[in-house]
Amino acid sequence: MKKVINVAEHVVEEMLQGMALAHPQYLRRVEGFDVLVRVNSPVGGKVGVVSGGGSGHEPAHAGFVGRGMLDGAIAGAVFTSPTPDQVYEAIKAVDSGGGVLLIIKNYSGDVMNFEMAIEMASAEGITVDKVIVDDDVAVENSTWTIGRRGIAGTVFVHKITGAKAETGAVLPEVKRVAEKVIANVRSMGMALDSCTVPAAGKPSFILEENEIEIGMGIHGEPGTHRESISTADEITTHLVNKILADMPLSSGEEVAVMVNGLGATTLMELYVVNRKVADLLGNKGVKITKTYVGNYMTSLEMAGFSVSVLKLDSELKELLFAQADTPALVQF
Amino acid sequence: MKGSIYEVMAVIGQAIINNKQLLTDLDAAIGDGDHGINMARGFEAVGAKLQSLEPDKDIGTILKTVGMTLITSVGGASGPLYGTAFLRAANLGLGRYELDKEIAANMLAVAITGIKERGKATRGEKTMLDVLEPAYDAFVEAAGAQKSLIECLESACESARLGVEFTKTIVATKGRASYLGERSIGHQDPGATSSYIMLQTLLEYIRC
Repeated sequence: MKKVINVAEHVVEEMLQGMALAHPQYLRRVEGFDVLVRVNSPVGGKVGVVSGGGSGHEPAHAGFVGRGMLDGAIAGAVFTSPTPDQVYEAIKAVDSGGGVLLIIKNYSGDVMNFEMAIEMASAEGITVDKVIVDDDVAVENSTWTIGRRGIAGTVFVHKITGAKAETGAVLPEVKRVAEKVIANVRSMGMALDSCTVPAAGKPSFILEENEIEIGMGIHGEPGTHRESISTADEITTHLVNKILADMPLSSGEEVAVMVNGLGATTLMELYVVNRKVADLLGNKGVKITKTYVGNYMTSLEMAGFSVSVLKLDSELKELLFAQADTPALVQF
Repeated sequence: MKGSIYEVMAVIGQAIINNKQLLTDLDAAIGDGDHGINMARGFEAVGAKLQSLEPDKDIGTILKTVGMTLITSVGGASGPLYGTAFLRAANLGLGRYELDKEIAANMLAVAITGIKERGKATRGEKTMLDVLEPAYDAFVEAAGAQKSLIECLESACESARLGVEFTKTIVATKGRASYLGERSIGHQDPGATSSYIMLQTLLEYIRC
């Protein structure tokens, strides 16, 4: 393992210290906890929006804490859900009386820990609700699995839900919008190479020199299959077709696109991918209203990318274009 | 037979820490490869927490401390599941300093119910329940046949061992391993394995 770290067990703590030092205009550490909240939390007159998960997905989740997106983010151990007490502290720190909405990615551990935090907060009289993001079309949504995974499409949920909360909308309204995003966003990823969890010290999986995994999750979970590497256009076509098979789009519809790097893939390659995504959607007469290309939901130093497509209506479009001011996403 | 619950938990914790690599490797094959790391971190925290407790605490207090510490230090799915199990069992141990067969069986029963409720899981889905439920059944059957506590635990551990083997033959439908579908066959479940290690360690401790 070759990483710029001190001690594997201290990585998350030292990262949080570094983030708080880098972005004092945005972030404040909840003392004694692995929680970063907006510097002026709790922000009055609005619902608090909280997300989080295992570390290793930076800039997610704390990078999206700021005006127009999240109020707070909890950092678990690398690739491991945060514990209920940590989530509970985040809820308490951002609640200004209007209640709190938790944005959870669909993993058994995340759902259980966040639900326990809801029970703790409810016992203290705080109104908390949740939405569960499951945008990954790589894995079947059937009674035989725990359902689809939450991956990069979660960033769209952060953006639009945060914008809605910023308008002063009440909790049920904020939740309605979050669920609308979840219903209209689909993602699929692929990996060229593995990543190493610091505490494990060795790669999570092995891909041969010319091998790629299609449908790879953001913690190195298996995808649909492995195959020999092909061109950017061929890989992108495969991912976009899987997304479109699940969420058909017709001519004239509007979408937002995110081409998300998993950590070790260059912006150069991501732009090559984006060119093909635009081409494929354009050929169908689909209008791409907004495009994000970059590292938003990474998987440590994994090489690879994911494509997310969000179908827009006038409400989602307006909220997507609303202002956001966070360490990792600024929109004016 | 010796033993305070305090010692029992320390020994179980050490067994989990000793098997950190095994549990992590099993999880890497079908999950996300952190079960051993998370469980070891949890039981190291449990060890530190128990040392700060007065040694004369009742069984309920010790188990509650174990449960709360696991919930706040493990994360992932195993933290809430094992934490809930120990918290539920703790309720039956409040004010008690000794366990008999009946209370031990009831503790296992409420722990299993807690895991089912928290994880929304049932037996046969390649989880720790495939070890704990057969173990409970065997324990109760042996107790019904007027066996000693050690004999009951021996039956439970044998069923638990078979339960671990059984998880190799079935498809995972809960947790991250469920994404593998048929590809999860042939692999033993890491959570089932950690449950078996706990039961087996308890038996070995009481035997000697």
